Amino acid sequence: MSGIIFTDSTFEKEVLISEIPVLVDFWAEWCQPCKMVNPLIEELSEEYSGKLKVGKVNVDENSETPGNYSVMSIPTLIIFKKGEPVKTLIGVQSKDVYKRAIEEAISG
Amino acid sequence: MDNNLYDVIIIGSGPSGLTAAIYTTRANLKTLVIGGRAWGGQLMLTTEVENFPGFAEGIKGPDLMNAMRKQAEHHGAQILEVNYTRLQTPERSDGGQESGNFDAKPFSIITDDDKTYKTKTVIVATGADTKWLDVKGEKEKIGRGISSCAPCDGVFYRGKNVIVVGGGDSAMEEALVMTKFANMVTLIHRRDSFRASEIMQKRVKENPKIKIIYNTEVVEVLGDVKVTGVKIKNNKTNEISEMPIDGIFVAVGHMPNSAIFEGIDKDEKGFIKVYDHTKTNIEGVFVAGDVHDATYKQAVTAAGFGCMAALEVEKYLMDQG
Repeated sequence: MSGIIFTDSTFEKEVLISEIPVLVDFWAEWCQPCKMVNPLIEELSEEYSGKLKVGKVNVDENSETPGNYSVMSIPTLIIFKKGEPVKTLIGVQSKDVYKRAIEEAISG
Repeated sequence: MDNNLYDVIIIGSGPSGLTAAIYTTRANLKTLVIGGRAWGGQLMLTTEVENFPGFAEGIKGPDLMNAMRKQAEHHGAQILEVNYTRLQTPERSDGGQESGNFDAKPFSIITDDDKTYKTKTVIVATGADTKWLDVKGEKEKIGRGISSCAPCDGVFYRGKNVIVVGGGDSAMEEALVMTKFANMVTLIHRRDSFRASEIMQKRVKENPKIKIIYNTEVVEVLGDVKVTGVKIKNNKTNEISEMPIDGIFVAVGHMPNSAIFEGIDKDEKGFIKVYDHTKTNIEGVFVAGDVHDATYKQAVTAAGFGCMAALEVEKYLMDQG
């Protein structure tokens, strides 16, 4: 599985003070729909290489970060820009929807 | 002869779509399944399936769908995890598809990655999705305290208090699943009795963690960012009260996924109209499963409808020469 693994302890360093926007995928091993998002995330990670950092937070192993951002359902994808969540996408969405959100975050 | 022309494209990858694919591939028809970004259908959101024949001890919904997918792929079905966006029907000056002339006049199916696939026939098997409550405060909190999938989201409600809304088997299952996580589960139903099967009702009524409130509807979801409570109304006394809770699991039924099909006849609830068991109003477009079935809505009936549509596609293609 590609992508960076973020944890409660690395979240600030890796995500909040990142120079470029970061797409964070909140997931868990038992979550079937999360597995459907995986290939999309990998494609997006390649397509936006250099412009967007992409990584995952396992909600079973990390409770603080999902709690801070009110993640109550997975998969949830949040795009962070300059330390702030700018876009939240809940559930499995089409690649178009993810791309539009990323484009907005990168350009805006 | 167009090498990229499919004999049949099946839209949907639940029990009906995958069963159709098993039958069409075994009939040697070139088959493509447009499976959707979230493939597998409603069973992917369930835990134990106890009424699908052949599994004495029950089987997990996702395991059953994985097995169906493998079976379809084993027989040669090509399955894409993309969403369908549009169907182009061939222009038919004579009012019907010219016999055998599919190369010149195929259907075109366009997907959300901007690809176009051509096919002689189509089976629509897009199933149904959760029907939400459609009350104030609901839409913006879906995924922030409102869910339709206890097995998916239950873990976020450990030690919390939740309600489940509905009176059918899926409401019973959601309530039972939530007892593993939540502190207290309240089942709210608008009628004075459940329509769920006896066995499921019995399990719910015997579970000490589940409280039942009948004749009551949720009229508003409370909370700014996430759910903090609900406003409920007793529809016998019209009494309105507020109930503090952390989560709402909605299981009031399903809506057919038919809005995207322009030009296909539907009834007032959106179910695709069926002619002659498996056909739509468009010649060459067939339909199977929950997208047209307002009555039975079972995995096994969906699979049966998929089989029927596949057999009719085979017959139709043979008649066309």
